[in-house]
Amino acid sequence: MQVPTLAELTAKGKKPEVLFWVGCAGSFDDRAKKITKSFVKILNKADVSFAVLGAEESCTGDPAKRVGNEFLFQMQAMANIEVLNAYEVTRIVTTCPHCFNTLKNEYPELGGKYEVVHHTQFINKLLKEERFAISGSHFKGKRITYHDPCYLGRANQVYEAPRDLIRKLDAELVEMKGCKSKGLCCGAGGAQMFKEPEKGDKDINIERTEQALETQSEIIAAGCPFCNTMMTDGVKNKEKENDIEVKDIAELIVTAEDL
Amino acid sequence: MAFLPNIIFALLLITALFFFTKNILSIRRNILLGKDIERKDQSKKRWSNMIRIALGQSKMVSKPVAGSLHVIVYIGFVIINIELLEIILDGLFGTHRLFAQYLGGLYNVLIASFEILAALVLVAVVLFWTRRNVIKIKRFLSSEMKGWPKKDADYILYFEMVLMSLFLSMNAADLLLQNMGEPHYIKAGSFPISQFIAPLFSSLSIESLVILERIFWWLHITGIFIFLNYLYFSKHLHILLAFPNTYFANLSTLGYFKNNPAVTAEVKLMLDPNADPYATAADGAALDKFGASDATDLNWVQLLNAYTCTECGRCTSECPANQTGKLLSPRKIMMDTRDRLEEIGKNIDENGTFQEDGNQLLDNYVTREELWACTSCNACVEACPVDIDPLSIIMDMRQYLVMEESAAPTDLNNMMSNIENNGAPWPFNNQDRLLWANEN
Repeated sequence: MQVPTLAELTAKGKKPEVLFWVGCAGSFDDRAKKITKSFVKILNKADVSFAVLGAEESCTGDPAKRVGNEFLFQMQAMANIEVLNAYEVTRIVTTCPHCFNTLKNEYPELGGKYEVVHHTQFINKLLKEERFAISGSHFKGKRITYHDPCYLGRANQVYEAPRDLIRKLDAELVEMKGCKSKGLCCGAGGAQMFKEPEKGDKDINIERTEQALETQSEIIAAGCPFCNTMMTDGVKNKEKENDIEVKDIAELIVTAEDL
Repeated sequence: MAFLPNIIFALLLITALFFFTKNILSIRRNILLGKDIERKDQSKKRWSNMIRIALGQSKMVSKPVAGSLHVIVYIGFVIINIELLEIILDGLFGTHRLFAQYLGGLYNVLIASFEILAALVLVAVVLFWTRRNVIKIKRFLSSEMKGWPKKDADYILYFEMVLMSLFLSMNAADLLLQNMGEPHYIKAGSFPISQFIAPLFSSLSIESLVILERIFWWLHITGIFIFLNYLYFSKHLHILLAFPNTYFANLSTLGYFKNNPAVTAEVKLMLDPNADPYATAADGAALDKFGASDATDLNWVQLLNAYTCTECGRCTSECPANQTGKLLSPRKIMMDTRDRLEEIGKNIDENGTFQEDGNQLLDNYVTREELWACTSCNACVEACPVDIDPLSIIMDMRQYLVMEESAAPTDLNNMMSNIENNGAPWPFNNQDRLLWANEN
């Protein structure tokens, strides 16, 4: 898969339309890498000139900040901002709501001012500009429920972009008991992804998976690599892998369009 | 001696207002023990926030049943206070239904609407009591609601039941006296509700009725004065503090967690190869502590939040950690902050200045287990009908744990050293970030 880095493009004197911020999960986690590749396929299909930072990218610092390590967060942020500003980056798209939130809301004060969008917003824009179209009928009439990532939904009020895409797949969007501003967290936020949960009656991802299963959907659509992991684990725990799949919206589009 | 009731009333009024003012000033003093934070910008947006959320109750109605009952009690409270003004003036001047002569037909409409509202409030309050004591809704039964918080909530409801009943009974006796032609009781008002209570007293003589009416009148106004001063000891301060609390609320998008400027200065210094490492000592603005381990490490808006919280528990019922049986309850964070601040305030009252008491918010009130259970999902912030932000307190306390005590759980320490060493929360080589592009 041809993925240009910003360094390569700059060396050739080219400037991409947008920087794709891949994120740590998207770079290293086997499940999330599939989301990354799906999104690249969509970018290529729509003929978007993009670049990634590759080895010049580093954690945004989000998990450090939510743990309370403001120092480590700001070290990461400043280092990233230095790289981004050196390349004169103005537009960033990312498949991770945590990167999205941090880059969008917490970097400007530290000197990093960019237009930051989530990939579901970006894909919507590509469709609107007719740079590619969703025509496949693979999901026609299928029941799909959408899990709102906290850092996309409540944190940034992005509720409709992902839902618009599901509707464009001709699928039947079924909402869970709690959705949008009342959506239940998958359990990974606030750096919970990296630790064992405190003791309780149940793990949060199990509770959320149960809500998803109640909708009798065939697919749980997600827009966050961490939610994806948590929900996938939840489905496995419930032994429902044969009944319901957890897919990022980018992956659904790639399947529908056979990219 | 004819003025004796007026004098007694004036003394009662002055005493009630004196203690009320004293309590409010003490709360203000405690709130201002918090650190400074800029919340006076964007006044237009702040006013509209307050009008929409506090005055307009916009976030209350997201729970339709509790929300609509609350709107009734709230409107009743606001409107019936107009009547309170007349009662106070009557008490001071020895008049009866002073406003009747000035308002004419409008007076009848007003009294009728007060009566209808009073009856609706009575019904709503009985339903509230039923929700807490008979239906046993889960969010009213959490462990932090045992003991005083439970009693407090019930006392407030009993207060309102008694006050509304006294108000209607007073009107019923008044109506009978008006009909009997007792000269002091001028024909004024319309009594759509109390006309049904009146038959209970209709066998009494004029003299007994006058005594009964006075008893209701005095009990009603004394009850209001007691309630006014009960506020300070209860969770019920939201009827006043919801307004400043929504005005000074965080207006930024919920995903933005504030960047600590003291840290920014230090990080800049570290990254700047030309920086003089001794230069910072001079400005003297060094931070005494990162994050919060005690209530006074929090900012004044967080402390205002704590006094505003009326313990409804909508935050806790939306909290993913709490829903799955973890110890964390955002409501308890607010209650703990208030209780600790009260303890600090009493300490200052007794000693002039704060004397070390060996207690603090962390560990003595809020445990580490609670703090680490938070997913920072903002559900509690979203759920609060008066814009309280429990998450910001959790984050400040986590900052203290990590930056002052290096006391994060081991897994999180590993994650942080991975970020420091490899630029990712997992132990992967940063040079391998683009390997995915060459995989199938």
